[in-house]
Amino acid sequence: MSDVTFISHDGEKREAPLEEGASLMQIAVDNMVPGVDGDCGGEAACGTCHVIVDDQWVAEVGRSGPVEEEMLAMNPEREPASRLACQMRVSENWDGLVVRLPEFQM
Amino acid sequence: MTTLTTVTDAVTERVQFVVPMQMQIRGAHLYDKTRRFVTRTNGQKIFVEEPIPPVEEVALADIDLSNPFLYRQGRWQEYFERVRNEAPVHFQAKSPFGPFWSVTRHADIVAVDKDHETFSAEPFIIIGEPPRFMDVAMFIAMDPPKHDRQRAAVQGVVAPKNLREMEGLIRSRVQEVLDDLPIGEPFNWVDRVSIELTARMLATLLDFPYEERRKLVEWSDLASSMEQANGGPSDNDEVFRGFVDAARGLSALWRDKEARLAAGEEPGFDLITMLQSNEDTKDLIDRPMEFLGNLTLLIVGGNDTTRNSMSGGVLALNRFPDQFEKLKANPDLIPNMVSEIIRWQTPLAYMRRVAKKDTMLNGQFIRKGDKLVMWYASGNRDERVFDRPDDLIIDRRNARNHISFGFGVHRCMGNRLAEMQLRILWEELLPRFDKIEVVDEPEYVQSNFVRGISRLMVQLTPKTDA
Repeated sequence: MSDVTFISHDGEKREAPLEEGASLMQIAVDNMVPGVDGDCGGEAACGTCHVIVDDQWVAEVGRSGPVEEEMLAMNPEREPASRLACQMRVSENWDGLVVRLPEFQM
Repeated sequence: MTTLTTVTDAVTERVQFVVPMQMQIRGAHLYDKTRRFVTRTNGQKIFVEEPIPPVEEVALADIDLSNPFLYRQGRWQEYFERVRNEAPVHFQAKSPFGPFWSVTRHADIVAVDKDHETFSAEPFIIIGEPPRFMDVAMFIAMDPPKHDRQRAAVQGVVAPKNLREMEGLIRSRVQEVLDDLPIGEPFNWVDRVSIELTARMLATLLDFPYEERRKLVEWSDLASSMEQANGGPSDNDEVFRGFVDAARGLSALWRDKEARLAAGEEPGFDLITMLQSNEDTKDLIDRPMEFLGNLTLLIVGGNDTTRNSMSGGVLALNRFPDQFEKLKANPDLIPNMVSEIIRWQTPLAYMRRVAKKDTMLNGQFIRKGDKLVMWYASGNRDERVFDRPDDLIIDRRNARNHISFGFGVHRCMGNRLAEMQLRILWEELLPRFDKIEVVDEPEYVQSNFVRGISRLMVQLTPKTDA
């Protein structure tokens, strides 16, 4: 089974099983990963599922698009590899994916 | 008409640069008095309270959700429930605020809120409009990209670094206020706790003279209770006088800050310093309508909202006493309860938009220029999203899906600060008091925008350690 690792701001690691086709936000929420809220339910309209993709995974996972940018651009913790997890549709090639979480969600 | 408006707009813009703010407001006041005299509306209230009939006695097309007494009279739930189920995108053709669409379901509200290409937040986010020349500019009522630049200038005040710094300060202020409360005798929770705490917080955020903090509350209340804007109770003379006072006070604050910085004082974390150190806003004071608008926005944004969630939480836990028992048994539920309280209270009832083009919304044809009101208060009670939506359930699984902060680029920027203040309040209340009893019927604010509690008589029983 393939896994994703969420690393909290304090460095705590949390693994969750990857489910192809689901959004990364849904996976985090379903597995009660602390630090991912998903308040708007996956509409890219609240910015509370902000994750920072590990450098090694940026090429595979891709960067944020204009829809995500609307919320990310206002975020003071924004980094170049920032994404909204609700807009990340999990693919079969993502086994071992690592993302970091910001200190606060917006 | 159009030409006249264009000319007055141009004049307003020019005048902004050369005439001191207070003089401008006095001029606007005179204009408004003359207008009221000429149109013979002087001294007449637009809204006089009358009993609202039960919803089943009203034809669907006649339902007017802009009635500023719906909340006060406790009729709002039945009215919104019917509209949500029978006409979720509902047209009211002849309200005192003109024709408008009501968007009442959670999903439709999210769709409108996030689509700023189709639905503009300009020129106002309240259903009516402020008196002429008092139509100050605030970024909550601007579309991108101007909105983004102005918001970015102040966003930092609620950045994580600042929140961390503020947590200890907020806690000690909450402790001071709670330790001072009368025990075993009724008092008005709204005044002693909700207003007092938000006033202290606002004074801190603005680095405003602490002893004068109630002025911020006074200005905010005036700004958010204008009759022609949202059906509030304040008449224009009061509003204009309040604005002169606010303009004077806030300009003095700005100038004083400037002088202290120039004299070499360390820059603080406050909003004024932030505005002064950002390229886009450092000259804000030279654009008085924007200066007043954006500061008013930040003051109002941090005032009615948190205040009424502080009062609403106490009220809700009294209406649902089993939930208070659940909370005492498991204080770890506080963070989720805070979201649930914000859902249940929904301190601001709505935000309004104007369609920028013809469009369809849940089967209704919306014409370019139509006004739409996104009723957050209704979306938060949408039975399609929330089970037993009228109940407070402090461990509700999807409490965080509430819509009170709005969604999209205008999402509340103070949401984390608000949640933190409410969390700390309850963390400090639980170890102190065994009972927080509401001992009289609450009184509510007159408004279609602010869902406010003006009086909440409460009696406290301290915790006895067994």
